[in-house]
Amino acid sequence: MPSKKKDLAKGRTAFWNDPEKRSMLYQIIMLVILIICGAYIISNTLHNLDSRGIKTGFDFLWSEAGFGINQSLIEYDESHSYGRTFFVGLLNTILVASLGILLATILGFTIGIARLSNNWLIAKISAVYIETFRNIPLLLQIFFWYFAVLRPLPRPKQSIELFDVFFLNNRGLAMPAPNILEGFGWVLLVFALSLIVVIGVKRWAKNRQDTTGKGFPIISVSLAIMLGLPALTYLFVGSPIDWEVPTLRGFNYRGGITVIPELLALLLALSVYTAAFIAEIVRSGILSINKGQTEASFALGLSRPKMLKLVIIPQAMRVIIPPLTSQFLNLVKNSSLATAIGYPDLVSVFAGTTLNQTGQAIEVIAMTMAVYLTLSLLISLFMNWYNKRIALVER
Amino acid sequence: MKKISICAVLTAVSVSFPMMASAADSTVKSVQKRGYVQCGVTTGLPGFSNPDDKGKWQGVDVDVCRAVAAAALGDANKVKYTPLTAKERFTALQSGEIDLLSRVTTWTITRDASLGLNFTGVTYYDGQGFMVSKELGVKSAKELDGASVCIQSGTTTELNLADYFRQNGMKFEPVVFDTADQTAKGFEAGRCDVLTSDQSQLYALRIKLSKPDNAVVLPEVISKEPLGPVVRQGDDQWFNLVKWTLFAMVNAEELGLTSSNIEKEKKSKNPEVQRFINGEGSKALGVPGDWAYQIVKQVGNYGEIFESNVGASSPLKIERGLNALWTKGGIQYAPPMR
Repeated sequence: MPSKKKDLAKGRTAFWNDPEKRSMLYQIIMLVILIICGAYIISNTLHNLDSRGIKTGFDFLWSEAGFGINQSLIEYDESHSYGRTFFVGLLNTILVASLGILLATILGFTIGIARLSNNWLIAKISAVYIETFRNIPLLLQIFFWYFAVLRPLPRPKQSIELFDVFFLNNRGLAMPAPNILEGFGWVLLVFALSLIVVIGVKRWAKNRQDTTGKGFPIISVSLAIMLGLPALTYLFVGSPIDWEVPTLRGFNYRGGITVIPELLALLLALSVYTAAFIAEIVRSGILSINKGQTEASFALGLSRPKMLKLVIIPQAMRVIIPPLTSQFLNLVKNSSLATAIGYPDLVSVFAGTTLNQTGQAIEVIAMTMAVYLTLSLLISLFMNWYNKRIALVER
Repeated sequence: MKKISICAVLTAVSVSFPMMASAADSTVKSVQKRGYVQCGVTTGLPGFSNPDDKGKWQGVDVDVCRAVAAAALGDANKVKYTPLTAKERFTALQSGEIDLLSRVTTWTITRDASLGLNFTGVTYYDGQGFMVSKELGVKSAKELDGASVCIQSGTTTELNLADYFRQNGMKFEPVVFDTADQTAKGFEAGRCDVLTSDQSQLYALRIKLSKPDNAVVLPEVISKEPLGPVVRQGDDQWFNLVKWTLFAMVNAEELGLTSSNIEKEKKSKNPEVQRFINGEGSKALGVPGDWAYQIVKQVGNYGEIFESNVGASSPLKIERGLNALWTKGGIQYAPPMR
């Protein structure tokens, strides 16, 4: 008893009576249990794999792959390593995902705004689009686009020609590839300079509008500067790009760049599908803005596009961004359905062929999961940053 | 102790390698206790494993499963099938989802040595070939420079193809699909000029095309593809049973035992036939004494299953060739049963 009195006198409580310390203790115990379980799982797995004579480790990444891949953004052939196939697949995934995000966003915003149009026909067409593509499973859409794109196209010998340099057939779209020659550096330099000029013009225009209220056609002027100046330089230094036009030799067009139909089909399916969801998100964002805002902008004499751009969209973005992020994440993850139509993405190449040829399922699947996790976290990070930037500044 | 068991449960769930189950029970025992054999087959390849119009699985690989069930359980119908793509097959076997993989699988050193699996023998000696559409007018695989090639993912063919084109200094565009069916669809849609696979599969896929006559199989065979059943490493009794099921079928053909005459041959004076029917080695294999008899009675000998599934009396009409008995110019040969 006396000791307790002393504690009370000092204002101390026993360790187990202090909720803060107690919860700390629980968390430490939980953490230790988690670590033990984790270590047990890993050692048990390694032990089992070993006792079953299954090879483990990441050595396989350095041995020769020996299989071909039909689309690679980096140099690849059969004599490269399994590790290289990882990067080939990864880049193909990133390619289709980033193009898909871009297309889906543009398409989604257009349709979302169109659905709110006063024009009955446009609004209804958008509604039908959304309800159709949102409610059909993505895998079926991928198959549909693949065979819908593939079937009607002619064989290479009967290719559809455009301006004698583009050739469309059931092997894809063959187009000229640029070979960069000497002097192209000047074009890049001028392009960089024109960017600086555009930024300057923009500042000046904003300043002028702030002081005099006079508008300035900033977009068309900047486009003219950014495209026009480099184009002039390009001609001036004597066209330093040599276009390699594909030619029909044997079975296929060779030379140039070929966009394979699998990429086209997957891209179409992913962006058309995701755009339907994005459209609804955009619509909900716009509808969340108080009607008074619209009426006030009209009262100020703003045109409809100006009203959307200056008043409605900036406010709607705050509602739009968080669900939009999930759609982007979905699109990235959905791109793994590529394997169904033979587009060589990470799942098809690395978690498919490489896994099967090496038999090292755990390592390969772990690496693949890590990639999707990293990609998704990066996108979330970026979108959260953007979200913060456009957030309402409260006073 | 409790913590450990929780961990064990977690392990079994999160890592698909149930060590406890397999260490305790041999596969023969667990199959007999369960009452059926879980067999991994293709997702549909005529002649090897394909469901017929009544949904019953048929083919050479399916008959191997049935023969194993006949030997282990005395009833060839006690088989459950798991359709697997080329990519899924080894994981399914390693994780214990299936007892036996009988799925046109090529025996290679990597698969035998580093996957923790064992090949039990060769049910079909095959080789990789090419199929092209007739209108291309191609006569030899050497003319295929620059062609687009449809191929199934996760197969040895994927590697052989790259080797062959590299060896001959030719280029190709691989178009890789998940299943044999999709590969054939891609070929039919004109996505590729050539479909490559084991020759037997080419014939099988050809009859699945809407116009089989428009496609021709080229004469070149570019690889050795010995196809056989696969089991997990470390269970020698089961390994022996599957191995000797196949040998029993080949020996039965050699001895002239068929599903129709084996009843009569029970009275045969030939000591080899007697040993066969009396089930030599049944104790060591852990199966009933009439295991070999049941195989032949219910499924047939090797020649019978070949003829009915891929040979003359099937739509595939493949010649015996290498798959004839060693006494008839082929290389199918089984060790003696004594």
